[in-house]
Amino acid sequence: MTLIASNLTTKGKEEFFLNDISFEMSPGKIYTIIGRTLSGKTTLLKTIAGLIAQDSGTLSFNGNNFDVIPVWKRQVAMVYQQFINYPHLNVYDNIAFPLKQRKVDLAEIKDRVKQAIEQVGLEGFEERKIQALSGGQQQRVALARSLVKNANILLLDEPLVNLDYKLREQLREEFKKIFSSKASEEAILIYSTTDPIEAMQLGGEVIVMDEGKILQQGSAKEIYENPRSTKVAEITNDPAMNLFDGEINGKKITLNNEVILNIPKHFKDLPDGKYSFGIRASGVTLDKSGFPFQIELAEISGSETFLHLNNDQIHVVGLLDAVKNFDIGETVKVSFDIEKLYAFGSDGILMSSPYSGIK
Amino acid sequence: MGTFYTTLKYTAVTIWSMFVIAPFLWALSTSFKDFNSVTSGATYIPWVDFEPTLEGWRVLLRSPAQGGVNIVEPYLNSIFVTCLASFISILLGTLAAYALSRYTFKAGFIKNDDITFFFISQRIMPPVVLAIPFFIMLGKLGLLDTLLGLVMVYVVLLMPIAVWIMVDFFNKVPVEIDETALIDGCNPIQAFFKVVLPNSIPGMVVAGLFCMIFGWTDFFFAFILTFTEVQLLPVAIVSLNSSITPWWSLSAAALVSVAPLIVVAFIVERYLSKGNLSGALK
Repeated sequence: MTLIASNLTTKGKEEFFLNDISFEMSPGKIYTIIGRTLSGKTTLLKTIAGLIAQDSGTLSFNGNNFDVIPVWKRQVAMVYQQFINYPHLNVYDNIAFPLKQRKVDLAEIKDRVKQAIEQVGLEGFEERKIQALSGGQQQRVALARSLVKNANILLLDEPLVNLDYKLREQLREEFKKIFSSKASEEAILIYSTTDPIEAMQLGGEVIVMDEGKILQQGSAKEIYENPRSTKVAEITNDPAMNLFDGEINGKKITLNNEVILNIPKHFKDLPDGKYSFGIRASGVTLDKSGFPFQIELAEISGSETFLHLNNDQIHVVGLLDAVKNFDIGETVKVSFDIEKLYAFGSDGILMSSPYSGIK
Repeated sequence: MGTFYTTLKYTAVTIWSMFVIAPFLWALSTSFKDFNSVTSGATYIPWVDFEPTLEGWRVLLRSPAQGGVNIVEPYLNSIFVTCLASFISILLGTLAAYALSRYTFKAGFIKNDDITFFFISQRIMPPVVLAIPFFIMLGKLGLLDTLLGLVMVYVVLLMPIAVWIMVDFFNKVPVEIDETALIDGCNPIQAFFKVVLPNSIPGMVVAGLFCMIFGWTDFFFAFILTFTEVQLLPVAIVSLNSSITPWWSLSAAALVSVAPLIVVAFIVERYLSKGNLSGALK
């Protein structure tokens, strides 16, 4: 029951939607595809569903050529980022639709729909019209309809993106529970998102995409600890990892005339030269003995404050573990936790990380 | 402030309602008048301002031999031609519009938008440009002065309206609905009939209404393409006219001819607000 993609390529007029995509996905796992908008996530999901035909490359499932099977005969289910349901049907009929289409026995339809409704917490809403539901409830209906099929491949295309923050948090937790039970039922779950937090929270295998290409694939932990390139580091961190050019010269890292850091232990094997250095916002903190930076913007997020800082062309985002107001242009002292520094080569490839030394 | 706006709103609605209803009341009043009541200045209230008579209405049922214009047959003819032509136009127009909305057609520089424009361009041309070709074609087919010939011509005239309205409607229906239906096990034809079509009823109703209005009120082609065997209502109404304009029977005929459209509008009105797509894509 393995889904194998070999060199999938789909080209638009000028750009690639999918560029030589290859992977192998096994049942019982959640695969999270993370990438920016227009990175090819939706195209990939639609290609797997059979809604888009690739220009070249092959898809096989369970050892059989998947490309020759039309959409309506593939055992796939899909939830879109928009809340796609059938407006002319009520909640029950929406969820029962794929089963009725497959001419499943009526008694079985009743049981399976009831089970799906319980799974997504929509008991009592069976007779409601779709238009009478809130956005979150509509997305639950779409999810229930995809679960009721017991499809071999469940595709979720940014299902939470159009929900408000609170509901997104709540549904993310519920999805995680539903998915873990679903995954154990031998289904391949593919979840696409632009949100690094979502990708990390769902766990499982993460696939990082950009411009139609897979940049890195691995466990959430592995990608967090060792992003293969600066692009991966930017895509998989929120806020994006701070990146700035500098030079290793003996025992020092020189970022500019003022900001000179000691070299961390994990950089010891790096030869002198120019690098791109990366550090997450959590590694940049206020410290009276640090370097002077000017505040460009202070964003309060929950119980934290993100500080956008500048020192002679070095722009970094720092994290303050408290809520505090700052004046724009105010000078603060900032220190860098050198043990959390990453070094990338001139081609953007990871050279050294705090977690595994030279890669 | 709230009271001021409420007063303003109701005043505007009242003025607009009077503007719409007044011609109907005027026609209704005139239909019960005779020559003297019409020519003796403005009169409004029956039995007070003038003595009502049914003469204007009786003329519509009397045969020409008895000095009337029997509109029953033209009336039924108009209903048949308009309904059948509108039905065929909606049927073909909906299918064409769905294809134009969902699939990409390309022949040289001609693309989907051009094809849609070709459909509607027929309505841009003056009707007289089409009259001679229609006349010659129906003549060759032996369908001049027949109901079938009129239906064929009206389908050509009404289908562009259906295509134009339905293309716009389908463009607003998210393609993800079709895709979801395919993923849920429908083949493309099933997806159209089981999912897309039931959700397109409001668009079809609007298109149907426009087709019926244009078909029902057409005079030009009904006049050019018929002679003695077949007559449609607008032509029959015009034949009421003589050296002395019979305003009373013309008013009665006007009310009778507008009645089906009002009935249809009331019937379909509930479909216009029902079945919107807000639940498909919020």
